[in-house]
Amino acid sequence: MTDRLSTIFAALADPTRREVFERLSRGPRAVGDLAQDLPVSRPAVSQHLKVLKEAGLVTDRPDGARRVYQIDPQGLGQMRAWLDQFWDQALEAFKVEAERNDREDPKP
Amino acid sequence: MNQIIQPAAIKKSLTVAVSPEKAFAVFTDGFDRWWPKSHTIGSGSLKQAIIEPRQGGRWYGIDVDGSENEWGEVLAWEPPGRLLLAWRINGQWTYDPGCNTEIEVLFTATADGQTQVEFEHRHLERLGEGAEGARIAMDSPGGWGGILAGFKQAAES
Repeated sequence: MTDRLSTIFAALADPTRREVFERLSRGPRAVGDLAQDLPVSRPAVSQHLKVLKEAGLVTDRPDGARRVYQIDPQGLGQMRAWLDQFWDQALEAFKVEAERNDREDPKP
Repeated sequence: MNQIIQPAAIKKSLTVAVSPEKAFAVFTDGFDRWWPKSHTIGSGSLKQAIIEPRQGGRWYGIDVDGSENEWGEVLAWEPPGRLLLAWRINGQWTYDPGCNTEIEVLFTATADGQTQVEFEHRHLERLGEGAEGARIAMDSPGGWGGILAGFKQAAES
């Protein structure tokens, strides 16, 4: 789980890769389409997609002669699960503090 | 027509047995009293965590060595009903101005004098930036669970 998350965070570390990923969040795209409106070469986009795919963040499928990429919600789900658990615990700590503080009737 | 695929926002709902005014105050002015201390954005140990009480205010931590670490800023300051924060802490547990996620907290009075807290952390697709910190954060002794258990113990004692 931890290694998996590290891979996901590493994959999203690169700004261009994040850009590719955000574009895919708006819908499936082919490599050529993605490369057209990004300031990097098509091989570079392919390389970014490869890293995103290895991290489990995107999947690909053949579409005729092209290869179409889309976000894999499962990959992001793991990152989200980590934060989700974190906030559960932080907010519980907030609740305990708010109610403890109230009982002790502190100065405003 | 393309379908938009994004990670769902994290949403939490809890009831706190105090007024919205009190809940808002503890969440913000009292931030340092409940926020987990053991993880810091800097290299040292976190000494104090602060949310400045105004729109545009800073949201930051101070290490024991005095250095300050930005976490984001206050996007909306509307006591006692609403707080909107920019969370610019990435997966590496470091500050990244380009990491543009949002935290919204709504405080609503309930009929029996308590406060319904609605929490949302959204735009999670904008997280990223490095792996090492995430590993540290999760592999430290006890992880978040252990740290917060320690906090809770201190708060309740």
